[in-house]
Amino acid sequence: MFKAKVLVKRRPSILDPQGMAVEKGAKHLGFNNIKETRIGKYVEFIVDTEIRSSAEKEVTEYCDKLLINPNLEDYEYTLEEIL
Amino acid sequence: MKPKFGVVVFPGSNCDHDAYYALKKILGLDVTFLWHKDTNLQDCDVIVLPGGFSYGDYLRTGAIARFSPIMNSVINFSQKGGHIIGICNGFQILLEAQLLPGVLLKNKSLQFVCKDVYLSVENNETFFTKGLVKSKPLKIPIAHGEGNYFADSDTLKSLVKNNQIVFKYTSSDGKSDNESNPNGSMMNIAGIVNKGGNILGMMPHPERACNPVLGKNDGSLVLGAIVKNFMN
Repeated sequence: MFKAKVLVKRRPSILDPQGMAVEKGAKHLGFNNIKETRIGKYVEFIVDTEIRSSAEKEVTEYCDKLLINPNLEDYEYTLEEIL
Repeated sequence: MKPKFGVVVFPGSNCDHDAYYALKKILGLDVTFLWHKDTNLQDCDVIVLPGGFSYGDYLRTGAIARFSPIMNSVINFSQKGGHIIGICNGFQILLEAQLLPGVLLKNKSLQFVCKDVYLSVENNETFFTKGLVKSKPLKIPIAHGEGNYFADSDTLKSLVKNNQIVFKYTSSDGKSDNESNPNGSMMNIAGIVNKGGNILGMMPHPERACNPVLGKNDGSLVLGAIVKNFMN
């Protein structure tokens, strides 16, 4: 079995109003060095197979078809074998 | 013959009954609900994907509804030239299903905006808008948190070139500017059609502006135009 950890990031060209609003809060708190706050998502799940290549295939398909919208987001993932 | 409408009901749809009521009770049309787990479109001529919060807006708005069993039938129907209108969450579902280009981001203000807005009819040559008057803005309400239309510059250029921008947010006298833009949408876009012209997505709710008793009736002009254009 594998544990997949997927990080979903908003593509750099896409405006992130949420990140901008959070950063305003940071300024109010006095964090003057904080810049370019971007908010993404973290998804983790188990892939129930013994074969790494098929786990990779399944993770990328899951990401491409459902977890991310390619117009909006990019992703990266790690796959860790668990016993 | 008048068209038969089908209103899809997803878990979390909340404008399905408004759409049904407007079409059935006010416009006097044949309307049926279509359950999201079904695949039979019951010979409907026009499919409505209504507003709401399908699947709780989890993951992304419309992202999970897009994979409901009924959506395969809706996509097949669209490929054969069938007419589909997605309102609010329905528009978000159409974008996730890639039946329309672009995405809807969180409103620029980060606030849920619920108010009447004015819309200009930018293209009155489509199946959905033929017969509407370009110079007369329509007063129709919006109610959404994620209606900020975004597309890359190539997509925007192609929307303009192919006359796919159907509705824009304007002031009451038809001026499309920052002040009349309720959510930060690029080019004040409120509604677009696909290249084939058989799929319309719009954030404003025409079904909520169909009863003069409630003070607004411009939504019935939009729904009425669809009926007339189907019959011609």
